[in-house]
Amino acid sequence: MEETKPNLFKITFDGIEVEVEPGTTIMQAARKIAEADRSHDALVPPAMCYYEPLKGTGGKCRACLVKVTQGSAKDTRPMPKLVPSCITQVQDGMVVENTTNPAVLEARKGVVEFLLINHPLDCPVCDQAGECHLQDFAYEHGAAKTRYEEERRTFDRHDLGPYIQLHMTRCILCYRCVFTADQITNKRVHGVMHRGDAAEISTYIEKAIDNDFSGNVIDVCPVGALTDKTFRFKNRVWFTKPVDAHRDCPTCSGNVTLWYRGEEVIRVTARKNEWGEVKEFICNTCRFEKKNTSDWTIEGPAKVLRSSVISANKYRADLVKKPDFALKLANSQYKPIDDSRSYTTDQDQIRQLSIENNDKANHRSQLADKN
Amino acid sequence: MAKKILTEYINVPGIDTFEVYRKHGGYTAVEKALKTMTPEEVVEEAKKSGVRGRGGAGFPMGMKWSFLAKPEGVPRYLVCNADESEPGTFKDHHLMKELPHLLIEGMIVSSFALGAHKSFIYVRGELMYVIRILEKAIEEAKEKGFLGKNILGTGYDLELVVQPGGGAYICGEETALLESLEGKRGNPRNKPPFPAIKGLYQSPTVVNNVESISNMPWIINNGGDAYAAIGVGRSTGTKLISASGHIRKPGVYEIELGVSVDEFLNSDEYCGGVRDGHYLKALVAGGSSVPILPAHLITKTANGEDRLMTYESLSDGGFATGSMLGSGGFIVFDETACIVRNTWNFSRFYHHESCGQCSPCREGTGWMEKVLHRLEHGHGSMHDIDLLVDISKKIEGNTICPLGDAAAWPVASAIRHFREEFEWHVTHPHEATQPGAVYMGSAALV
Repeated sequence: MEETKPNLFKITFDGIEVEVEPGTTIMQAARKIAEADRSHDALVPPAMCYYEPLKGTGGKCRACLVKVTQGSAKDTRPMPKLVPSCITQVQDGMVVENTTNPAVLEARKGVVEFLLINHPLDCPVCDQAGECHLQDFAYEHGAAKTRYEEERRTFDRHDLGPYIQLHMTRCILCYRCVFTADQITNKRVHGVMHRGDAAEISTYIEKAIDNDFSGNVIDVCPVGALTDKTFRFKNRVWFTKPVDAHRDCPTCSGNVTLWYRGEEVIRVTARKNEWGEVKEFICNTCRFEKKNTSDWTIEGPAKVLRSSVISANKYRADLVKKPDFALKLANSQYKPIDDSRSYTTDQDQIRQLSIENNDKANHRSQLADKN
Repeated sequence: MAKKILTEYINVPGIDTFEVYRKHGGYTAVEKALKTMTPEEVVEEAKKSGVRGRGGAGFPMGMKWSFLAKPEGVPRYLVCNADESEPGTFKDHHLMKELPHLLIEGMIVSSFALGAHKSFIYVRGELMYVIRILEKAIEEAKEKGFLGKNILGTGYDLELVVQPGGGAYICGEETALLESLEGKRGNPRNKPPFPAIKGLYQSPTVVNNVESISNMPWIINNGGDAYAAIGVGRSTGTKLISASGHIRKPGVYEIELGVSVDEFLNSDEYCGGVRDGHYLKALVAGGSSVPILPAHLITKTANGEDRLMTYESLSDGGFATGSMLGSGGFIVFDETACIVRNTWNFSRFYHHESCGQCSPCREGTGWMEKVLHRLEHGHGSMHDIDLLVDISKKIEGNTICPLGDAAAWPVASAIRHFREEFEWHVTHPHEATQPGAVYMGSAALV
């Protein structure tokens, strides 16, 4: 049966050789390496817009840029620019550098910064916190400080039907929800209005969202832009316990993950694979209306995802390297607090100082004292 | 007088009508190509001529044509990119409104060479009157049997469609143009696949600039070798340059590639020199997206040779000391122009025109604009200048389409050559924000 076996392409990714089928993308090849050996998880390029179950996604966020140092065995020239690994197909003999190339890491740092400059960074009140791809991405590849001083772009909040809330301000325009809306309804492509940094997921999609499977846009959203209104502000992800369950559903497969807080089901989502991608899309009835344990047949605890904040040692130093680096940085930048300044209790002098330092609050309180 | 290929009869009254155009040798190329040549021979002539894409990238047109995939049973398309919106470039507009039949003749010949039976001219949406001129010209050509079914009895069919653009700069990028032509949002596509393999409606497509296509009638009539004889080295033929800014005679000029920049700028035949009482400060040689050059690098390259108006000579020295011929938008600045303000203006344009699809361009263009705005208005600091360089580096080359590069290059080059002026804006915020205030102490001016 040697003849019928397709010719496999051999590629080298960060020094690791792997054989994949023709037509595979660099990203899929990297994931294959990680699936074979979990210690290589950190080598897989991050994906913010690419979503394997949705056709046509990828190439937009530029988070997964990699350097191809050898195009193929035949054409050994390097590719001139960094290429998005999620849509670039492998060639036989291709040599790819991801975490081993400083230019790639620099570009990725840039992408994190670009994605964050207009992001509100409201993680403390965001329902997505803990399972947010942008959080992970920023933690693993971003800088500790922002260089952006200007006002951030904001949008009004929108209701997409009774169950879904759109927080456009948090959106990173990955277009995943647009593709979802396009692929679950009748070929709708107009999901985005305006252009440039004023572009927003639009009312067109609001109309398109009247569909049994509309709730899936919540699952595909990598950030907290699309959230489940029945779960909104109910709890933090890391306090909940995921359990696999299924039910006999006439519209979908009925395979879901229930998120428990104590005895109460507070959220239902589709099951996701280890890359945070939905395995099977579920219908709105399962997602929003069946919130009693009696509705479901419990299968057992869900496998905790690598990307989930509740997985043990999520931010393990050997996985992300960051804590070590951050500690060094903090060490190098540490300055003892300067407490050598003279100390006074004289009210008038304090008042004079507060005027000099333009400390209005203190100044006013001083005046109030006097009066 | 220099050789004129495109604009020889441009001043003849009524040249936009079929009769007058025909009297001046119009449509002979169609007759010659369709009756005596095979499509392969036409492609061969285009290759021999060495004519390079006039839209900015300068890719050899004949080569581009030979890449076109030719699968059985799939239509092929020719699309003319007339969505000229680059600040400082206005040559195609001029050419189309004065010589609509030249473009149509070129389209017929080129479509014949590529085996396309339906071709499109995607005209910038703001130029409604040009669209009407073109549509009128197409009607005339159809009446005379040069368009439509069975052209001149040769059995070749061609339908020519004029499509008004979507009103965005990004639709001038070839894949965004195709998306827009299909009726979708003008977002550039990821490449590969290139349009030559999967373009309009997933069929093989060639996208060419107006000026490139308008060269074809002359090439057919006189032969590719005659065209290649004009010009210098790999920059063959003539090129339309749209000159603007602080010069005596702004306008569209047809030059032989190989004229020196000095001659083009100062001779009375062309720009006529910088306006009276002022002197040259900087030059943008090929439309707003190419790097800006300071005075001492304009007429001479870094190693002391004369700089010529060719693709090679203008890019001599790379981006460190060179620029690009680009689309031929020749913008001249004298000493009254503030480079910071100008860079901010360009940056504002790219911020406004970014499609918002990929993150570096969507967020980076806006960021650069805001930082430049701050510098120009006297609120900047020294590290803002380095920040701009860093942002431009992180945009350049990391985006889906060249708009990211186009936004990054002017900023990076302005800081490279005029850093002192940026620093002056930081150190002298009060002076810099006075109306008409310009930094006068740059060493680059001497």
